[in-house]
Amino acid sequence: MKVLMFGWEFPPHISGGLGTACYGLVKGLVHHNQDIIFVVPKLWGDEEPLADFVNASDVVIDYREKKFKKIWKNLTYLEVSSFLVPYLGPEEFQKYTDYAIHDRTDVDESVFSNKFEFSGKYGKDLMKEVSRYALVAAQIAKSKDHDVIHAHDWLAYPAGIAAKEISGKPLVAHIHATEFDRSGETVNKPVYDIERAGMLAADHVVAVSHLTRKVVIEKYGVHPDKVSVLHNAVLDASIIKSSVYKNVPEKIVTFLGRITFQKGPEYFVEAAKKVIDRDPNVRFVMAGSGDLLNRMIERVAELGMGTKFHFTGFLKGKDVDDMYAISDVYVMPSVSEPFGIAPLEAVRHNTPVIISKQSGVAEVLRNAIKVDFWDVDAMADAIFGLLHYDSISKMFKELGSEELKKLKWEHVAAKLVTVYDKLHKQQP
Amino acid sequence: MRTICFYFQVHQPLRIKPYRFFDIGADHYYWDDYSNKSIIRKVAQKCYLPMNALLLDLINHYNGNFKVAFSISGVCLDQFEAFAPDVLDSFKKLVATGHVELLSETDSHALCSLKSKTEFKRMVQNHKEKIKKHFNGYETKVFRNTELIYSDKIGGMVAEMGFEGMLTEGAKHILGWKSPNFVYENAIDPNLKILLKNFQLSDDIAFRFSNKTWSDYPLTTEKFVTWINALPIEQEVINLFMDYETFGEHQWAETGIFEFMRALPNAVFKHTNYGFSTPTEVVRNSRSISQIHVPIPISWADEERDLTAWLGNDLQNEAFSKLYEMENRVAKIDDEEIQRDWNYLQTSDHFYYMCTKFFSDGAVHSYFSHYDTPYDAFINYMNVLSDFILRVKIMEEKLAEETQ
Repeated sequence: MKVLMFGWEFPPHISGGLGTACYGLVKGLVHHNQDIIFVVPKLWGDEEPLADFVNASDVVIDYREKKFKKIWKNLTYLEVSSFLVPYLGPEEFQKYTDYAIHDRTDVDESVFSNKFEFSGKYGKDLMKEVSRYALVAAQIAKSKDHDVIHAHDWLAYPAGIAAKEISGKPLVAHIHATEFDRSGETVNKPVYDIERAGMLAADHVVAVSHLTRKVVIEKYGVHPDKVSVLHNAVLDASIIKSSVYKNVPEKIVTFLGRITFQKGPEYFVEAAKKVIDRDPNVRFVMAGSGDLLNRMIERVAELGMGTKFHFTGFLKGKDVDDMYAISDVYVMPSVSEPFGIAPLEAVRHNTPVIISKQSGVAEVLRNAIKVDFWDVDAMADAIFGLLHYDSISKMFKELGSEELKKLKWEHVAAKLVTVYDKLHKQQP
Repeated sequence: MRTICFYFQVHQPLRIKPYRFFDIGADHYYWDDYSNKSIIRKVAQKCYLPMNALLLDLINHYNGNFKVAFSISGVCLDQFEAFAPDVLDSFKKLVATGHVELLSETDSHALCSLKSKTEFKRMVQNHKEKIKKHFNGYETKVFRNTELIYSDKIGGMVAEMGFEGMLTEGAKHILGWKSPNFVYENAIDPNLKILLKNFQLSDDIAFRFSNKTWSDYPLTTEKFVTWINALPIEQEVINLFMDYETFGEHQWAETGIFEFMRALPNAVFKHTNYGFSTPTEVVRNSRSISQIHVPIPISWADEERDLTAWLGNDLQNEAFSKLYEMENRVAKIDDEEIQRDWNYLQTSDHFYYMCTKFFSDGAVHSYFSHYDTPYDAFINYMNVLSDFILRVKIMEEKLAEETQ
């Protein structure tokens, strides 16, 4: 099967879990002898040659062609209706609106260069990139032979839809996260609209957990028969033996992730206070950065635990591994986590984990303590228990590594291949 | 005779290096030697050396009729000793003229007067010894507290230690209709004379000198003497208190600040009936006009003249209380490095960096901070403090073993 896949990032140039998941999936598919054309907005040249990579920045588009005009018309509609774009400040917003107003009228005069330089990053002109990306997708769909189209998350959905319109091949929409995970109940409507359009246009929707599947059905109104669950896996299930030792005598309890609403950092802080009140010989570490960081720092000061609760800022590379390695307990109190790969990394470092019931990873990881994100008492109990009752953490360590071995991308890809086959057979 | 009393604050904190969570328990050296040294050297070239030379000239030229006072923090003296012996020598030369007074303060420019009488007295004593050692047995007589922080109670403690006078801010909300241009006395102990900063005239030099949007820009010595001549005749002492770094550092040489100071004594002698005095001379030669009541501590900082630049938010309060929780434990430990770090960790600047008052005085605050945000300052300080607490604990355990 030839798969035309649209992503947004690919290792080693990633800013989040999406790129890692795409990488794992592509690896698994290659294992099952699938041919993949992987399109990303920007290629860096050092991607592992698993697939036929296409750099969207390199594709020349003939805007005057009729079919493109049609797609562009729909896209400009998307753009113009979506002035409230994520991550845009007022300044960029201004630039953006200027662009939309001035540039949409005379498309076939080719005011744009035929090639568009994508940044491949989330940020300024994100919507513009998403839309351009769709145009490029259409061009690729025309020139590259394929049997099925697969798009990862909303940024690539317009591309998937455009490709489908050109080639008429079945479309799979892969949901790694929804707008409800990112923003809670105050969703960004234009993003929601793109997500929904992608899911409705898709012939099949794949969600990373049952939790996410439920959201797709309930909040986006997608027919349940069309949605299946495909849990993420780990690239490497081996246990990491670290030579790093901690320098402090106390036990260390760690939160590692973006310090944003979605990740529930405040519940970790409150639970920390409860634990420290009972046992002062514990240190808490909040590793990461995000818009709630300063509020967390203030709260820690207010609770008077500044010498027991530490902030490391954003960690990368070896520091992340070291952090897992010196932790005695890892906590992921996410309010909403479609999957959540980080606890599996903790397991690889033999660190016992506590995860919120509101995370997809809770569906696959049995040897972990699961609590409701809001239940700080239960969270404190769990932390205290793992720190003091060695038998549980010992058991988790032994069984956790066994569990990891079952979470392979080949298994995930095998399931996906059956989805592809089914869709292919349904083709007229 | 009417008089002008110049006092310059000389202080540089020992800045903490970027200290990460991973360093806790492993790295026990907290100080950013590179930046501390380069800042001392930079300020030495721009301010301390040229201004000391200028003052020495003026003192010699006017045969001691021109005089000034300095308060040099202990943490700054330590850094002169390590990084700028030339600066220390130039101060010694100034003091040796007999027309330069040195004031007492807390050794590490600390805020301990607000927290602990024992620690306050210890710090003041240490500073007194340090001054004595560096300046040929010099005995201080007048006290200035960190950031001119003062209250009746603090004044009481200072009087107990035998000082004759103390400097503080002529804060509006304390003075009301009264003038700062008189000598006052402490409300608890009338033996302690209080000198109040004339913030109008002081800040004309220290802050507004190069401000082109100021209606009186440019400030000339002619203007300045006109203003002081216009003061009511019974007002006898003008206290001009400012950071020494005003000269060449806050106000660059290009602004003409050095020329202004060079010309000022002559203008004063020629066109006014003012002279110059040191704080001790003022305290001894003037009668106090009344008590001054300061029940709640004041300082010379910001529009509010209160403590909120150092102890105004949760971050600062947390760091401050966690630090002083250690006081009694540290006192029992006889270890040079622990004592050194205990001193330097008390320096008020560490708390100043955590200030979140971003509005009216935010610009001044960020000018003085090397951290991107107050939150960074807090995190860094708390990491260091956590390590310090660990070290104290280990020392205590060792001590307990030995006594068994």
